[in-house]
Amino acid sequence: MDIRIRNVHKHFGPFIALGGIDLDIASGELIALLGPSGSGKTTLLRVIAGLEFPDHGQILFGGVDMARHPVRERRIGFVFQHYALFKHMTVFENIAFGLRIRPRNQRPSTSAIRARVLELLDLVQLSGLEQRFPSQLSGGQRQRVALARALAIDPRVLLLDEPFGALDAKVRKDLRQWLRDLHHKTGVTTIFVTHDQEEALELADRIVIMNGGAIEQVGPVDQVYEHPRTPFVFDFLGGTNVIAAELRGRRLWIGDRDIAVLHDSIHPSGPVDVYVRPGDLRLADDTAPGIQVEIQTVHRAGPIVRITARTEATGQPLSIELPHLHHDVPCFTVGARLRLRLMQFSVYPRSLHIPERTLPTPILIGRERTRVHPY
Amino acid sequence: MSPTVFAQGHTPRIARTSARRSVIPGFGLTLGYTLLYLSLIVLIPLAGVFYKSAGLGLEGIWAIISTPRVLAALKLSFGAALIGATINAVFGTLIAWVFVRYTFPGKRFFDAIIDLPFALPTAVAGIALTALYAGNGWIGQYLEPLGIKVAYTPLGVIVACTFIGLPFVVRTVQPVLQDAEQELEEAAASLGANRWQTITRVILPTVLPAVLTGYALAFARAVGEYGSVIFIAGNLPMVSEIAPLLIIIKLEEFDYAGATAVATAMLILSFFLLLVINALQAWARRRHGGKP
Repeated sequence: MDIRIRNVHKHFGPFIALGGIDLDIASGELIALLGPSGSGKTTLLRVIAGLEFPDHGQILFGGVDMARHPVRERRIGFVFQHYALFKHMTVFENIAFGLRIRPRNQRPSTSAIRARVLELLDLVQLSGLEQRFPSQLSGGQRQRVALARALAIDPRVLLLDEPFGALDAKVRKDLRQWLRDLHHKTGVTTIFVTHDQEEALELADRIVIMNGGAIEQVGPVDQVYEHPRTPFVFDFLGGTNVIAAELRGRRLWIGDRDIAVLHDSIHPSGPVDVYVRPGDLRLADDTAPGIQVEIQTVHRAGPIVRITARTEATGQPLSIELPHLHHDVPCFTVGARLRLRLMQFSVYPRSLHIPERTLPTPILIGRERTRVHPY
Repeated sequence: MSPTVFAQGHTPRIARTSARRSVIPGFGLTLGYTLLYLSLIVLIPLAGVFYKSAGLGLEGIWAIISTPRVLAALKLSFGAALIGATINAVFGTLIAWVFVRYTFPGKRFFDAIIDLPFALPTAVAGIALTALYAGNGWIGQYLEPLGIKVAYTPLGVIVACTFIGLPFVVRTVQPVLQDAEQELEEAAASLGANRWQTITRVILPTVLPAVLTGYALAFARAVGEYGSVIFIAGNLPMVSEIAPLLIIIKLEEFDYAGATAVATAMLILSFFLLLVINALQAWARRRHGGKP
């Protein structure tokens, strides 16, 4: 079922939770709503579900406006962060609930319900646990029961509100992969809310980045990650270093060094901010071109080395992440003076430092393709 | 040696140690204190009742209990208490629901009023209820023409039992309803349940153990109630005389053995009924996931 959202507004008192949302979701898509808390992502999900009603706007399910219909008429599957399983019912009864409460003339036979529940248990890999109570299951198992329960009514769209938020890191990773497979198998249009950018990037076909009740950027995962339209999106999708710079024509200057030529610049000369991820920085020896930095701390975290360095020109601290290689670690000693290279970065005009609601179209994406051998 | 084998080799020893030494220290001290306290406050006085009545022998006790007047009093006491507790279980749950789910002007005031039957001297409650329900009282004057007599009848006993038991149900159900996640209702609705199905299949089963606890407390209180009941009951032997009053009457006649015999019967009956309610509660709680 495809879903179209048209100009949806929702206020809670003076607080604008959703300020005019437009979004098209194709049938069978797996889409993530990503944003910080208070960005309106959960409200949008609940409005689609019918657990909240919009102040105005349309929610079209396959062309039919459902905005005024209560949740039980929408045939959606909703999965809550804290599972919301019925504690007094067994796993079997939980999953069968949606079928058993149907009016007599629409209710499947007892044997059909049983077959459907067992089939779903198999799908969520919990066969044999149907007589357990929710309190006898682990968090990951409970969330899979909740998912099976939501799928039992054959929903037109599956909505998940931070489905893995209450689980520990390892289980969360496993369930992500598993949900991806499940979506592939069932093909149900799925929308999930998360504040974990890693989860959104790994799981979704497309991501919707929300901020302050508005959509900041929508697009396929790679596109949003590679071409963040605003500083907010850039910042939200991972660690960020912001370096003050100046654009003179097509040349980008940091301090008194001309560090790059931007081939696709559409921005006039003037002060800009360069946004660069810690993983897109490389250190080279003193003779190479680049910004002069001095290493402050070196900290090994599993497969990567985290380094903080200070630019010599302004004293600004920068964080750098390098893959850990045995032979180069000794070179990164505190106090060493090295050159910093920016492998990939985005440039935004200085005035956009604070992300705003109404942003012009993308400013400019700078990219330097030259590979520098990591020192 | 693989780590697995190593762990297996050690598991039994770890289990043994933890069985011997509790994680929470002070078990001996606290259990000793609990037993001493229970003995002093509860067990010794109750044992005194049995000791005193034991002098009569089983047949002697039975002879006293099986007199029609005692049987009628026991029947009234337990019957009225059960009916009162049942009424409270239904309406107390409803009141708790209203307090938890809705906001309305004066909510705090009404919330405070719920506890009044706890605090009010029972005699005051009894006199007030009698004045209200008597033939010329505020409520009684409208009921009398309909042929409903409350004051000085068994119905009055039920009214008094209901009055004093209400806070027990409301106060035990209220916090449980408060904790019941709104999400459970939303989940039920998203699966297609209507309001009635959500209430009967999801909410009520969730609060059932708490309702049963409130029921047991309200019942226990009503069985032992004396002060408020004797004013409204009229205390006609065989009709509206409650068992606790009968005990007092026997005491005043210096029939100590007779009084303890009735008390013993009340104790055993109460114990049995509370046991049944507890078993029901354990069953309801087990339905919540294997934790009796």
